Amino acid sequence: MKSELRDLYQEVVIDHSKNPRNFRKPEGANRSAEGINPLCGDEITVHLKLAGDVIQDIGFQGAGCAISKASASMMTAALKNKTKAEAESLFERVHSMLTEGPKSSVNPEELGKLAALSGVWEFPVRVKCASLAWHTLRSALAGSGTPVSTE
Amino acid sequence: MRALREVPGRLDVEKVRKDFPILRQEVHGNPLVYLDSAATSQKPRAVIEAVSRYYEQDNANVHRGVHLLSERATQAYEAAREKVQRFVNAAHAHEIVFVRGTTEAINLVAQTYGRTRVRSGDEIVITVMEHHSNIVPWQMLCEEKGAVLRVAPMDDTGTLLVDELERLIGSRTRLLALGHVSNALGTIHPVRRIVEMAHRKNVPVLLDGAQAVPHLAVDVQALGCDFYAFSGHKLFGPSGIGVLYGRSELLEEMPPWQGGGDMISSVTFEKTTYNKLPYKFEAGTPDIAGAIGLGAAIDYVRGVGVDAIAAHEHDLLTYATEALREVSGLRLIGTAKEKASVLSFLLGDVHPHDIGTVLDREGIAIRTGHHCAQPLMRRLGVAATARASLALYNRREDVDALVTGLHKVREVFA
Repeated sequence: MKSELRDLYQEVVIDHSKNPRNFRKPEGANRSAEGINPLCGDEITVHLKLAGDVIQDIGFQGAGCAISKASASMMTAALKNKTKAEAESLFERVHSMLTEGPKSSVNPEELGKLAALSGVWEFPVRVKCASLAWHTLRSALAGSGTPVSTE
Repeated sequence: MRALREVPGRLDVEKVRKDFPILRQEVHGNPLVYLDSAATSQKPRAVIEAVSRYYEQDNANVHRGVHLLSERATQAYEAAREKVQRFVNAAHAHEIVFVRGTTEAINLVAQTYGRTRVRSGDEIVITVMEHHSNIVPWQMLCEEKGAVLRVAPMDDTGTLLVDELERLIGSRTRLLALGHVSNALGTIHPVRRIVEMAHRKNVPVLLDGAQAVPHLAVDVQALGCDFYAFSGHKLFGPSGIGVLYGRSELLEEMPPWQGGGDMISSVTFEKTTYNKLPYKFEAGTPDIAGAIGLGAAIDYVRGVGVDAIAAHEHDLLTYATEALREVSGLRLIGTAKEKASVLSFLLGDVHPHDIGTVLDREGIAIRTGHHCAQPLMRRLGVAATARASLALYNRREDVDALVTGLHKVREVFA
């Protein structure tokens, strides 16, 4: 496989896309938001169980490409029992890694498993796939209720 | 030894490929394999040069100046119209209206013919296979007029159910609008029979020929259609130029669409008299270079031979269909008997977007997504497909590269 492709489709990414974690609506979920990528027809719903400021549980449902599914799956794994502020901060860092690549001030290693998405910036059209779940998360946190679109 | 003589009427694909400068390049370190001509086609040198030559030698505004350049520009622009006329065998050059593309052509008909003819409770009939550009303009019209959009179904192979279509055409039907060839599935509809059937019920027919003209001979008089729309950029011409063919009687009756220069014969603040056909529908300075480029594209296609192109592509489509069927886990979407150019498919549970990315790194360009036909995707029960589409410059090696690329996709997602 070519090296950029290996960077994009790392084993962790393939694993999360085939066996997505938290692929469900958690019991007692009290916030949710929908996200769509009209370009490729990807649709995702992020569900949250918020208790005060803490994300007690998080899950997602929907259909999408390997990148969007893996990103959503890893996101849910990273955010359980985190505060809203921590989630916002993680959003900022992931977003910076996806859009700025090596120029980003974020060191992918500090993002744990999410570092597996560090190869996405080399594929500009795929950045939207990787960020869809994160934008949807933000909308769920804000409780705005309007579907998020990548366009 | 003597070289083999060229067989007359047969397309020499290696010779054709030399006419398309863009094909001689590498993408991500691999030779480009362009299989996305249904999105837009590549341009032969003759087209590129015709556009440059116009700007280098003849550029001036048309239908206005008394000076020589304007005369030359006007002559070249009108010569392009005549080339289009002959290409689709229209009865008159003034039945050829230059527009920006198929989308604009359909909007023109919806906004002029549609707005004057369609009333509350009337119906427009389309098919489930239409491109968004042959759905949304009619929806907008129906919303404005309180009319109803009715949709003819297809079977699971992507074949239009013509009997069902016939049943939908009733006394309130004001227009039937359908594609000639489906952009997402490649199905060739039996449009001649359909036009006859609609005309028996006094319903005019608009054909969206965007995906047909690059692949088959089109004769609007033999088809009997009332309107025929297509884009230059899918026919190896420049982007930004397209054609609306309309039968004289209908175009005469239709009010103008956009107002401005060139579409008038006299203007006072009290009243404007509109210009004759086709200028009534060509407000403002047109895409002169685009029209000239389209004329050059038509010359090119006729030089290669429309029938030779159709035969070459038919062979290649058969070869590609068989080759793709051999790829394990691959499911062809759209298997109608009569098809042109398009291979839509799914590969196991790999999302089409991921297929497209892996193939791109192999230098292979295909389209992935909903192909501007979301209602069709819903009917098929899929979010998206991968689509490889063929044109006169494709050869068996391109298909072989696609198959090899698809095996790589399977490896990545094994």
